[in-house]
Amino acid sequence: MIKLYDYELSGNCYKLRLLMSILGVDYETVPVDFYPGREHKSDWFLRLNPLGQLPVVDDDGLVLRDAQAILVYLAARYDPSGTWYPRDDPRLLGEVSQWLAFADGITATASAARLHDGLFYDVDIDACRAGAHRLFRILDEHLWFGEQEGRDWLCAAAAPTIADIACFPYVMLSEEGGISRQDYPAIRRWCDRLKRVDGFIVMSGIFPASRARAA
Amino acid sequence: MSQDRSCNDPVLVNDWHIIADLATLPQGQTHRARLLGVDLAARESRTGYAVTRLDTNEPVAATERYGFLWACLGTPERDIVAIPETDEPDRHIITGGSIGVRVSGLRAVENFLDMGHFPFVHTGWLGEEPHTEVQPYQVRLTEGGEVLATECRFFQPAASPTASGGMMVDYIYKVVRPYTVALYKSNPVQTDRLDVIFLFVQPVDEENCVAHPLLCYLKDGIDAAGVRAFMQLIFGQDKPILENQYPKRLPLDPRAETPIRADAVSVYYRRWLRDHNVRYGAIPAHH
Repeated sequence: MIKLYDYELSGNCYKLRLLMSILGVDYETVPVDFYPGREHKSDWFLRLNPLGQLPVVDDDGLVLRDAQAILVYLAARYDPSGTWYPRDDPRLLGEVSQWLAFADGITATASAARLHDGLFYDVDIDACRAGAHRLFRILDEHLWFGEQEGRDWLCAAAAPTIADIACFPYVMLSEEGGISRQDYPAIRRWCDRLKRVDGFIVMSGIFPASRARAA
Repeated sequence: MSQDRSCNDPVLVNDWHIIADLATLPQGQTHRARLLGVDLAARESRTGYAVTRLDTNEPVAATERYGFLWACLGTPERDIVAIPETDEPDRHIITGGSIGVRVSGLRAVENFLDMGHFPFVHTGWLGEEPHTEVQPYQVRLTEGGEVLATECRFFQPAASPTASGGMMVDYIYKVVRPYTVALYKSNPVQTDRLDVIFLFVQPVDEENCVAHPLLCYLKDGIDAAGVRAFMQLIFGQDKPILENQYPKRLPLDPRAETPIRADAVSVYYRRWLRDHNVRYGAIPAHH
């Protein structure tokens, strides 16, 4: 069975829990005492991932690190519909990769701001918040124009892809870093759409969509 | 700005407050903290940590207990809260992970006392619909002047990391200091004993706090990482709710917010804060 080295409050770990829930993949978690224990910097964990970062998965001996890389692996291997990672569509694959890289930018800004405010990480908080707003503006415009064209998701596909999963958590958790989403209505509608995907699960800090369908 | 108002409440100024989890302090470096609107610096020395005010460069009282660094801006009038359970060898005694929250610490204490939100905020863990009713419970003052809520019962689908299914859980709440609250909760394995959680809230300023949980869980069937993970799972669910409370300070006027029967302990807590002249982090009642 897939083993996920996991920390509940990590949005990057949640990406994997979310995709595995949607795909109906069984997995077990190994809780890592990320905070305050810093177990991700311990000897045993560094042997698993020398970068000292969560998440890591171990699938029958295949050890992978990096949330985006693991999303690619899980979708390519365990999604029979082939929509979450559209292996046979070069154009879509390019788009997916573009937004996976964008997700790393969200982690470097919005997630860093959240770690600063909640867990006292020493970062340039103003630069993190400004950087997050710049990315959110780009994301919001992309989603707004997509809505005009009848596109619901980040990539030009009828169904969501792992790109949506990769960008979603740290957008949803941004207010914990003092980054309001009030000015990004298309982002809010996109988050609500993702919350209504079958198999969606929450993490601490992210609540389910309201039961009534949004107008 | 209210964040800059200094604290004049003797009950707070002359008491101990946590300013850091010792395990997270970087070795050999100065640690910055803020307490009651005052910026502090903690430096490690051979005899322990020395804490100074950055506004006056004067030293303040500092000590270490329960894995935390404590400071008192005034003259300590009483010792740090005694927790007899920390001497029991079959318990994990661990810090739960200090988390910053953009709200008055009094709001954080009050939220900790509230069972009514369990099914809606901690869905599937500490509560679930349709089991939403908070049964009547008792609130009184102890001989030591603490607020005690007893006979609290609630149906919980996953009350603890070791719970194997839903169960009726017995709670006792105790507010021991204005910014300190404790919870005693039946252990799912040794049902005659109680797990203990203390929440020490550091008033950073009037509208910001750090929640420092101390976990005293029976070791039976659970490791320390699991205990911490569960605490952070639950507190991570509370955090956005707390940060969206308005106003950020706790109103002490009985007419400011509308309580229901389930809020009996909260009503009592607010009155107790008025009786102790706690104004910092509160919106005082008008007479």
